[in-house]
Amino acid sequence: MDEKIGVYVCHCGHNIAGTVDVEGLSKWASTLPDVAVARDYRFMCSSLGQELVEKDIKELGLTRVVVAACSPHMHEPTFRRACERAGLNRYLFEMANIREHASWVHQHSIESATDKAKSLVSGAVRRVKELKPLEPFMVDINPTTLVVGGGIAGINAALEIANAGHAVYLLEREPSIGGHMAQFDKTFPTLDCAACILTPKMFDVGNHPNITLMTYSEVEQVDGYVGNFKVRVRQKARKINTDLCTGCGDCWEKCPAKVVDQVYEAGLGYRTAIYRPFPQAVPKYPVIDMESCIYYQKGTCKACEKFCPTGAIDFEQEDKVLELNVGNIVLATGYELFDPRRISPYGYGRLANVFTSLEFERMLNASGPTGGKVILRDGETQPKSVAIVHCVGSRDKNHNVYCSATCCMAALKFGHLVKERTGAEVYSFYIDIRTSAKNYEEFYHRLLDEGMNFVRGRVAEITDAARQPGEEGKLVVQVEDTLLGKQRRIPVDMVILMGAMEPRRDAVDTAHRFGIGCSEAGFFTEKHPKLDPVATMTDGVFIAGACQGPKDIPDSVGQGAAAAARVLTLIGQGRVEIEPVRANIDEARCSGCRICNNLCPYGAIDFIEEPGVSRVNPALCKGCGTCVAACPSQIITGQHFTFESIMAQIEGVLFDVRAGNGQSHTVEQLPLEPA
Amino acid sequence: MSQSRQYAYYPGCSMRATAHAYDRTARRVSEMLDLSLQEIEDWNCCGATEYMSISALQAYSLVARNLSLAATQNATDLVSPCSACYLNLRKTNDNMKKYPDLNDQVNQALAAGGISYTPGALRVRHLLDVIVEDVGFDAVAALVKQPLKGMKVAPYYGCLIVRPSVDGYDTEYPTHLDKLMQTLGAGVVDFPLKTHCCGGHMTQISEETAFELIRRILHNAADYGADAIVTLCPMCQLNLDAYQPQVNAMFGTRFNIPILFFTQLMGLAFGLTFDEAEIGSEIIPALAALGKIGQESPEQVAPKRRDKKALPMPIP
Amino acid sequence: MPKRDYSLDNPAWGTRRPVIVGFLCNWCSYRAADLAGISRMGYPSTLRDIRIMCTGRLDPTFVIKALREGADGALVMGCHPGQCHYDAGNYKAMRRMALLRRTLAQFGVHPDRIQLAWASAAQGTLFTETVFKMTNAIARLGPLEWHDTIDELVPRAPAMPSAETLVEEASHG
Repeated sequence: MDEKIGVYVCHCGHNIAGTVDVEGLSKWASTLPDVAVARDYRFMCSSLGQELVEKDIKELGLTRVVVAACSPHMHEPTFRRACERAGLNRYLFEMANIREHASWVHQHSIESATDKAKSLVSGAVRRVKELKPLEPFMVDINPTTLVVGGGIAGINAALEIANAGHAVYLLEREPSIGGHMAQFDKTFPTLDCAACILTPKMFDVGNHPNITLMTYSEVEQVDGYVGNFKVRVRQKARKINTDLCTGCGDCWEKCPAKVVDQVYEAGLGYRTAIYRPFPQAVPKYPVIDMESCIYYQKGTCKACEKFCPTGAIDFEQEDKVLELNVGNIVLATGYELFDPRRISPYGYGRLANVFTSLEFERMLNASGPTGGKVILRDGETQPKSVAIVHCVGSRDKNHNVYCSATCCMAALKFGHLVKERTGAEVYSFYIDIRTSAKNYEEFYHRLLDEGMNFVRGRVAEITDAARQPGEEGKLVVQVEDTLLGKQRRIPVDMVILMGAMEPRRDAVDTAHRFGIGCSEAGFFTEKHPKLDPVATMTDGVFIAGACQGPKDIPDSVGQGAAAAARVLTLIGQGRVEIEPVRANIDEARCSGCRICNNLCPYGAIDFIEEPGVSRVNPALCKGCGTCVAACPSQIITGQHFTFESIMAQIEGVLFDVRAGNGQSHTVEQLPLEPA
Repeated sequence: MSQSRQYAYYPGCSMRATAHAYDRTARRVSEMLDLSLQEIEDWNCCGATEYMSISALQAYSLVARNLSLAATQNATDLVSPCSACYLNLRKTNDNMKKYPDLNDQVNQALAAGGISYTPGALRVRHLLDVIVEDVGFDAVAALVKQPLKGMKVAPYYGCLIVRPSVDGYDTEYPTHLDKLMQTLGAGVVDFPLKTHCCGGHMTQISEETAFELIRRILHNAADYGADAIVTLCPMCQLNLDAYQPQVNAMFGTRFNIPILFFTQLMGLAFGLTFDEAEIGSEIIPALAALGKIGQESPEQVAPKRRDKKALPMPIP
Repeated sequence: MPKRDYSLDNPAWGTRRPVIVGFLCNWCSYRAADLAGISRMGYPSTLRDIRIMCTGRLDPTFVIKALREGADGALVMGCHPGQCHYDAGNYKAMRRMALLRRTLAQFGVHPDRIQLAWASAAQGTLFTETVFKMTNAIARLGPLEWHDTIDELVPRAPAMPSAETLVEEASHG
């Protein structure tokens, strides 16, 4: 069939025209087979440029359009819309990237740049001829949303969506929401009490008519696509009948089994086997930790059951597995602290008075294991000197190269609180002081005025091996003071290690489960680091908070709200378009070999027993093309990236070096045999 | 019983002199562990710690001669008990492989003596690594007849065996010697200066510097309650042992900590007599410390009640 | 001229220049190439790129086609292993490329002519370096000239008889 292709070469001001002979290129393009018209213009993406295309489509009856300009990542949607306005199917359009891939990178030679542009245009012209009209298909958006993670980012996202009038499931792995913020004592730079500002929000979540709170729950499997996710959730058995429990607390007061609380108290305090993580927990119901419960381990005790006034203990309670139907998902799974045992010279775990930042938060907290007193590991001695070591596991080639953004401020906060409560001498060992957000620098100045000592140098070792008098019985911080240019040994009573903010240990699993990408370390990958930090490459799945990268509370709150806004946009639209770049199996020709079935990362290919063929579920298929390449009979069509179109494009880009046989490659399908 | 594992053995000069206890116990213990150590014929000095920085090519060639002689023996692994010899042999082997220019020049030098060496033909190992990796803790435990329970030892690695970091051992905090001592039943004192410098040859160049370094190690080990220090390098043993009286004189301290080689302790645990374990060749006598073996020490009984006030320590 | 040029020492080139067809995945390597452009990094104009959604889409016949049609080499670039936008398409590409290089080597195509590389969307520099490396490798190897070298090795298959002829032959069998 004869096509009428229009080719438009953009000058892009000087960006292209400065290095590529745009007029020559356009004249040359007009000589290519099937090209009905070729023009060049200063700014194709402008309204005048677009009108040029639309006019030609209408007046010259163009059946295909090629624009040779910038990257399709910039303006493919722009020109597709222009074609559509003029009545041409938007998928009959192709861009040749002669700016990012030619004029901007071959500035040394107009000839090279123009030759490269010619080959790209030639490829695009050959390819566009083989393209077929396609229709995007529409899917409805289920207005219910799933927010995974009940920390400050997740709580905020849930509240924003719920306040807009839509249903939200807020899922949290721990027995209570609150996340790491619930463990903190004060927040910088205002020194607001963390619980005071967090608990009202937690309460709102717990009582919101639109929010279904599911704590002590985990996501097991996610299927589906934007607007239509099916999520399988396991609600772990609390062993408490929440209809009867009043949260009175008799059960945990009577429980004889005590263990170290590794989660909420960061290993610094104790809890009982039946416990509520902290007094302001939402929901207020306790949970039984089967591993430390005497009944589950030995079969005796049951003190909680005996003392419960409402009979709410239910040892036989089982996990519940539920399936949720949601339209969008927001992941706000937060962070985990770097384990300083990985840096053995710092002595964490060996030396009693070396603490992590999270342990120290618990120590400062009035409802923590020391009632807010700053004391050493022996439980009674107040330190007279405290060292705060910055960048433990951050800015470190051996561990994490990145900066964790929050620790400098947290270190200053600790310094202030230590001085306030003990009057001890405080030393900060830093590389740089990073206090970049609002009122942060002012907070740093405050600490300078309060007399906190700052030593610029990365701590080499923390040791109890005394060398000179004055070091006996102390922890010695060995550091090179890079401002003085000298080695220093500073004896202190207590050391606080500001550990890096790392992704959760199972973040990579989580990313796979939700079908999004993450970096090697485990931070979830955003769609665009500058312009789209809360969306992911997977439509309908958004990320917010520390799981996307280290950040402080205001930024987490902001991202939570941003993710909520994106979700509300989709809900407001009600329906969205799905790009028709998908695989399609020609069932008449499928022999049922099933090679494609297991290659699909989305499980989008089903095998239909009768008549023994494979079939692609168009809603699940994301169009990667892996099955298309694998089919030994080549009967899977990769829509918009078909075998024919790519082969044609290869011939096109090699127009000037093709050996003289001049024949195009066509895939001849053998005629079907009668059944 | 499996066939003995064959190793080419490079004792090093100190084995013939001040560290003869190490050499003899190493051979005895290796026999008991079924390791066959074939001493290299006509080996020469490894250059110790200075030569490399004075004259690199000569130093490498000197060491390469030993490698070349070892390569003619029927073994793939070359083992040395001395950390400095080990490091020199290892560095030469690895660097000749990594830098073809060096390889060419060294082989040119060797050619003058009618020999040559292909880098990588041998694997260079420290004796401790051979025991830990090739024999394994279980096999060692099986031979323990007289557990060293009651004696607290501080494992001292010295600086050379763990730097550079090869074979997966942590440079700041290695634990394989600790584990070996635990396998022998001894109480292990985890003292933080276990990879700190013993002063090396500074004892000849600047006594003050070296003695201060030695003092730190002795002080720290004593502070942590060690009855003895166990080591794996003849230089370290010499410094900590032979100069202990002079350290005491200079600083007015009263250290009395015996310094033993790990093979001596292995020998004792395997049932060798004090003579066979070369006890007595050390300067600071070890008998008192060894007398603690088999004794119940009062502080070993751990308090049953959890100290109500103290905060819990992080899980190990 | 960019500081790191490629040298056409191999006299077989004559007046020709190396031609390399690139297959770039939409999400990572294509964006890396865009970034190289935005950052105005210079590199040889030897690479003629084609966009596919994922390196998993790469049918090995695309590479063969490119070489047949006159390219001297093919460069396939995708997301780093573990970071494929579609989960694991790049792993499939790795397997296919390994087999393809071995197979083509048996036809006399030097395996260095077909390269598989990774670059994330933020690695414009890495993209540029890869193009330089590839160009230098091809420059050293010389022009491929498939038709004059490889095609000659493959005996021409006899023409397939028509269906009628086959049926007739069978009935007379």
